[in-house]
Amino acid sequence: METINLLIQYTPEISILEMSYILASVLFIVGLKRLSHPDTARNGNLWAAAGMGLAILFTILFHKKDEESIGNIPWIIGALAIGTAVGWVAARKVKMTAMPQMVSIFNGMGGACAALISLMEFPKLQESLAVSGASSMLHGETLAILFGLTIGGVSFAGSMIAFGKLDEKIGDIKASWIRYLNLFFLLMLVVLVVIIMFKHPVGGDNILIYLLTLLALVYGVSFVMPIGGADMPVVISLLNSFTGIAAACGGFLYNNQAMLTGGILVGSSGTLLTILMCKAMNRSLLNVIIGAFGGDASANAEAGDKTVKEITLSDAAVLLSYSQKVLIVPGYGLAVAQAQHLCHELDVLLTSKGVEVKYGIHPVAGRMPGHMNVLLAEADVPYEKLLEMEEANNEMQNTDVVIVIGANDVVNPAAEDDASSPIYGMPVIKAWEAKNVIVMKRSMAKGYAAIENKLFYHPKNNMLFGDAKSTLQKLVAEIKNL
Amino acid sequence: MNDVLLFFLQYREAIFIIILSLFLGIEVISHVPSVLHTPLMSGANAIHGVVIIGAIIVMGHAQDVLSMILGFLAVILGTLNVVGGFVVTDRMLEMFRKKKSKN
Repeated sequence: METINLLIQYTPEISILEMSYILASVLFIVGLKRLSHPDTARNGNLWAAAGMGLAILFTILFHKKDEESIGNIPWIIGALAIGTAVGWVAARKVKMTAMPQMVSIFNGMGGACAALISLMEFPKLQESLAVSGASSMLHGETLAILFGLTIGGVSFAGSMIAFGKLDEKIGDIKASWIRYLNLFFLLMLVVLVVIIMFKHPVGGDNILIYLLTLLALVYGVSFVMPIGGADMPVVISLLNSFTGIAAACGGFLYNNQAMLTGGILVGSSGTLLTILMCKAMNRSLLNVIIGAFGGDASANAEAGDKTVKEITLSDAAVLLSYSQKVLIVPGYGLAVAQAQHLCHELDVLLTSKGVEVKYGIHPVAGRMPGHMNVLLAEADVPYEKLLEMEEANNEMQNTDVVIVIGANDVVNPAAEDDASSPIYGMPVIKAWEAKNVIVMKRSMAKGYAAIENKLFYHPKNNMLFGDAKSTLQKLVAEIKNL
Repeated sequence: MNDVLLFFLQYREAIFIIILSLFLGIEVISHVPSVLHTPLMSGANAIHGVVIIGAIIVMGHAQDVLSMILGFLAVILGTLNVVGGFVVTDRMLEMFRKKKSKN
């Protein structure tokens, strides 16, 4: 019978530290809970931040490893100061529209941090296992280190690619062979972890651990690369939960309860959140990752010979100025063109002419839930003007003109009447029920879902081709000249 | 088999916490409205910055120059995650509150 030494030496410091970790965990949980209700969200964020501050402070003050307190404190404080200054300024300065990119970067930093910790702990563990005369690396702590390293590395590399895509620095690669390459990488990662687990602790060439690091980074890149730019928020959410798990691995390694609860909480709630985001788009997570949103052949062929009606700027200006009720349906294109201020200008101009202007917000417009709300809030559009999809649909029949700006799939009638369509069943804004529709679009190109939009061929519809920003600019000028 | 059982006993507390936290994480955010998805993601992002504690521990026991440098880097990265994460989330939620008060 083996006896396992689970006793820790009692000192008041350790007791206080453990208590602070329990308190921090409670603060994380309460913070997350409050973050999921609109009224308490901001406050919840502060609760969680307080928990974090507490855990950091008490770790520096009271943590002991083998009776040794935390050393190098000036260096730690220096690093904390640098991180705080840079993080604070970056987070304050970033434009509201670039928020998802920022979240992605910060997520990547966490992943890199977890990977670094593992890289540094691995040789130490190897040494202590060698001293204790173990015959292989098969040990719970090895597993925690390798998982932390792999998941952290994937999360870091993936987040950087996601950032690049959102910032439009990196394009999409849509090749099916990447899928097989990814499977291969994944398999290689598993094999490497197993090899390291079973290798002898002595014979300390660490080449394998560096190989694992490299492979994790490569996999992170190739994992995110084929996924479409518009799906990045879902990917960031997924990588976010990855980093949570990597943090928990650290918690397992140090037997640290705050890291363990914090990491796992994020891991599980992040996974659920990712699934909820996918659900809001009526897609499965697998579908997003594989990116198999192929256009339906029959739907494409059917739409082939239909005619599209174009409208001139002056006609559009007249139509809008003499309407009673106008509904603006914004989408990803508005965000890309950064045209939210012009959109507001159009709104103000029309309102001054006695037109009632409202906005119809589809829950996943822009493919980031709340994207449009944030974007329009930045342009000072009052909250009361934003209608949720159902409200907008209820008022649709009394609406004179619907202006669709840079949105596509969220106004596609195929979601209602074409069972063969990949987006069939997704709730949409029923723009076609209004008296007139104006669609502002750069070209007849398909939306992210790569399917034809029958709305464009609808008799009520008028196309206004061009970049959302310049078109809105010209339209506003035209209305002013009337 | 014995190894697995031993592993379980050795780490039973951690395993206990992991399993309970898994359920808790799912339960706690299960009723989130879709407009809050992004801020919640961002808030959760800040919380996993708790990995900084690991970085502090590593740094606190670093002896040689290489581990000092890596540890220093790890603490900076972790702090970026924590501070940046919470500040970005706060900014996002500020928007929501402003809109609320106009209501």
